[in-house]
Amino acid sequence: MAKKKKIDESKKMVRIYIMGKEYLVPAGLTIMKAIEYAGYRYIRGAGCRAGFCGACATVYRKLGDYKLHANLACQTTVEDGMYLVQLPFVPANKAIYDMEKIKPDENVILQYYPEVARCVSCNTCTKACPQSLEVMDYIQAALRGDIKKVAELSFDCIQCGLCAIRCPAEIAHYHVGQLARRIYGKYMMARAKHLEERVKEIEAGKFDDEIKKLMKMSVAKLKELYNKREIEGEAMESG
Amino acid sequence: MKLPYYPGCTLKKNAKNFEISAMAAAKHLGIELIELPRWNCCGAVSSLTSDDVMHHVAAIRNLVRVQQMNDDGILENEYRLIVLCSMCFNVLKRSNMLVTSNASMLNTINSFMDTEPDYEGTVEVKHFLEILRDEIGFERLKNAVRNPLKGLKISPYYGCTLLRPKEIGIDDAESPSIMENLIEALGGDVADNPYKSLCCGSYHTVGNAEVVAQRTYKIIEGARRNGADVIITSCPLCAFNLDNRQALTEKLYPGFKRMPILYFTQLMALAFGYEKEAGFDGNFINPIPLLEEKGLIGMKVQK
Repeated sequence: MAKKKKIDESKKMVRIYIMGKEYLVPAGLTIMKAIEYAGYRYIRGAGCRAGFCGACATVYRKLGDYKLHANLACQTTVEDGMYLVQLPFVPANKAIYDMEKIKPDENVILQYYPEVARCVSCNTCTKACPQSLEVMDYIQAALRGDIKKVAELSFDCIQCGLCAIRCPAEIAHYHVGQLARRIYGKYMMARAKHLEERVKEIEAGKFDDEIKKLMKMSVAKLKELYNKREIEGEAMESG
Repeated sequence: MKLPYYPGCTLKKNAKNFEISAMAAAKHLGIELIELPRWNCCGAVSSLTSDDVMHHVAAIRNLVRVQQMNDDGILENEYRLIVLCSMCFNVLKRSNMLVTSNASMLNTINSFMDTEPDYEGTVEVKHFLEILRDEIGFERLKNAVRNPLKGLKISPYYGCTLLRPKEIGIDDAESPSIMENLIEALGGDVADNPYKSLCCGSYHTVGNAEVVAQRTYKIIEGARRNGADVIITSCPLCAFNLDNRQALTEKLYPGFKRMPILYFTQLMALAFGYEKEAGFDGNFINPIPLLEEKGLIGMKVQK
């Protein structure tokens, strides 16, 4: 019985509307696969196909639901009666700045993205975020110059732009987050001393002989070495 | 006494000395101000159009945070939200009044904020000055003073947002006394000002600075005629207009002399013996020479 039911499930088709045109596609497909099933070929709007790159932003409405939803096409399954369209790019002005000359003070974000002050705290950006980030909270942090908080809250942003396309205040959130992370990384975060030391060691030629040795090794020997390598986490656990 | 506290954006940027001095003064009086988690902008001047609901969402969302603090056990049945910035106070209290007297508007906002718990209308928006008057009392406040502001002639400036509209005002809109009582409790002398509730020009400072500089002149000269050494306020925008705009006032009115403008909490911190926390280096017109001349700073305070 169970087996038969499974076969039935796999045959089930759902009706979706891609840019207004009706298609029957197998249930269980992601929006991305369903669009391809319907015969479209991606030139833009598809990237990693695994929910990391943010290239496949999609907006859709569901049967009996007045709300506009937004998500990544590669991470969302089709539903019967869904209206959808891909957003391969979100138009948003990107400020031009020189990271060497930028002043990392409290007003720097407002200087490049003054529209941040138009935020009415409606939270629509947060609802649109496929990464479930607290987008409104980081825009509010930007408004009061808390660059560290903006950088932390926006850290997992994949720059899909869905926040910006939904914002009634017309803010380009993802550009704001990126500016804050750049400033935080360059001017505010503690420098990694061990990295600077290692770079100096490399430049002084400390590892040149080792590299030369590796370059001359056979593939089989390299594989053996790789499989026997010491893994930091494991070494720490056992040590 | 633990109270939820709403800072507002300006107290984290241009008016840091307002917040730091208030924190020191509150602590001295046994008040612990707990910053709202995840607060957002108050809404900064909501529209006066009666059906413009959207611009009240920001304010109400902050009030929901007070409910959540109680639900999460950070506070125990404490729904008084303390605000320092007069502008934020005005916006939050007006929005609160609007939705608590209009069930359909509250319903619209609650439905829109579908990711938050409903606002139940339980929060009371209070200015810090009200807590000083009604909870601490000026007599107790007087006893907490370690460095009385003797010989300092202080003029209160209320502006608009603490007193108007009168439904939300913290004191009599025509003849307020709350700041006067505070000044006396701190050991200072009150210098009255007929223009103490005249509008400073507010946001005209962005597009028409001269209008503001004219007001600045009128307000400061009004205080000076009554012998004032210094003016106190509780609004970062009024403070900007009265303090920073004196540079322009000087150009418009030859012979005009600068007068320091302070947040009332700076003088509280000074009187309670927290000179560093008073943050006198954060004001545009340096008040330090005046306070030195009066023998109020650089003194050893007995702790």
